[in-house]
Amino acid sequence: MFIATTLRSMRITFRQPSEFLNPLFFFVLVIALFPLGVGPSEKTLALIAPGVIWVAALLATLLSMESLFRSDFDDGSLDQMLVAPRSMLLMVTGKVVAHWIATGLPLVLISPVLGLMLSVDEAGIKAILISLLLGTPILSLLGAVGASLTVGLKKGGVLIALLIIPLYVPVLILGTSLIQTAQFGGDYDGHMLWMMALLALTIGTAPIATAGGIKVSLSK
Amino acid sequence: MLNVANLHCERDQRVLFNNLAFEASGGDILQVEGPNGAGKSTLLKILCGIYDDYEGDVEWQLEDYPLYLGHRAGINDFLTVAENLAWLASLHDQSLNRSRIEAILAQVDLGGYADVPGSNLSEGQRKRVSLARFYAFTNRVWILDEPFSAIDVAGIESFENLIQTHGNNGGLVLLTSHQPLRLANVRPLILRGAH
Repeated sequence: MFIATTLRSMRITFRQPSEFLNPLFFFVLVIALFPLGVGPSEKTLALIAPGVIWVAALLATLLSMESLFRSDFDDGSLDQMLVAPRSMLLMVTGKVVAHWIATGLPLVLISPVLGLMLSVDEAGIKAILISLLLGTPILSLLGAVGASLTVGLKKGGVLIALLIIPLYVPVLILGTSLIQTAQFGGDYDGHMLWMMALLALTIGTAPIATAGGIKVSLSK
Repeated sequence: MLNVANLHCERDQRVLFNNLAFEASGGDILQVEGPNGAGKSTLLKILCGIYDDYEGDVEWQLEDYPLYLGHRAGINDFLTVAENLAWLASLHDQSLNRSRIEAILAQVDLGGYADVPGSNLSEGQRKRVSLARFYAFTNRVWILDEPFSAIDVAGIESFENLIQTHGNNGGLVLLTSHQPLRLANVRPLILRGAH
């Protein structure tokens, strides 16, 4: 059921390209504007790069989060999923995995190019890749909790940001400091392990909260 | 098969029903009646396990889960009719092959629509796709919320026959409808409305 849900969600997403292209364009555009705004000094750009890349990734994910359960709520698919004997937990996880493949993974893949644009050195670019690869699934998993709680509301956009951004802060701090450590030639195994621990924790807990949130939203 | 006791539900500080109790078993066709806002849809959602903001006991003795038709048909705009039906079947551990899907679509007068995306369907056609499930799925309990709205006369008659057959074969049907039904042996369950 997990795989069936993932495939179904991906099929739906790839049939409406704006769903996964919008966050990607947002990510690229925001980062591309910084060299223009801050000036071309390599030193300054490399210094702000970790924060800029991470904040942009965070906001791009947040932007795409609202639509995660929206269409399934509007057309009644969530009702059908809840009535069915199959585990809601697996279906929710399947949807989040599909969401990450469609929006998180493209951000990870394009990030080296954006790192170069901000004159990040080789070690830094490797660190950007690692931190986003570990971090964006956490962003998707946590975002799904907010999406499930706000799906029943007509205008959930701002509320979802208020709910989720506090939860994103630890990931943001870890992710940027991982890249900074790499830029100064330090050893970032500790950061990596912490991010893996956070990822394991969210994989274990976020889908439970999301499934609960969907039940609450449907009982309105 | 179904035992409901002491059911109490409030919505927006209005009591929808209090101390509601009834039972139903295989072969029953139960029509939930009442004015708009009496809580008919809410009652059906409670029985399905979608709505859980209530007090009281709802007990099913069932080996499979009910098949539910709500106000929203559960048809995704970006999947074809066949993909939608295959997904809805897999939710209930059932599989529909291509020829079976085409056969049940013909039953609801949508022959040739298997590869049409959901967004191209009219409201009534979506409902028909959702109704097509009932021609193929093996669930014994059917919960139908306004199954006849947006459906034309011929469609209503065909689906009424299906409901009757399901009842005769020992299935349990719970439905709401504002249209007069031409079904035999329907038991009414009257909700008086909010107070």
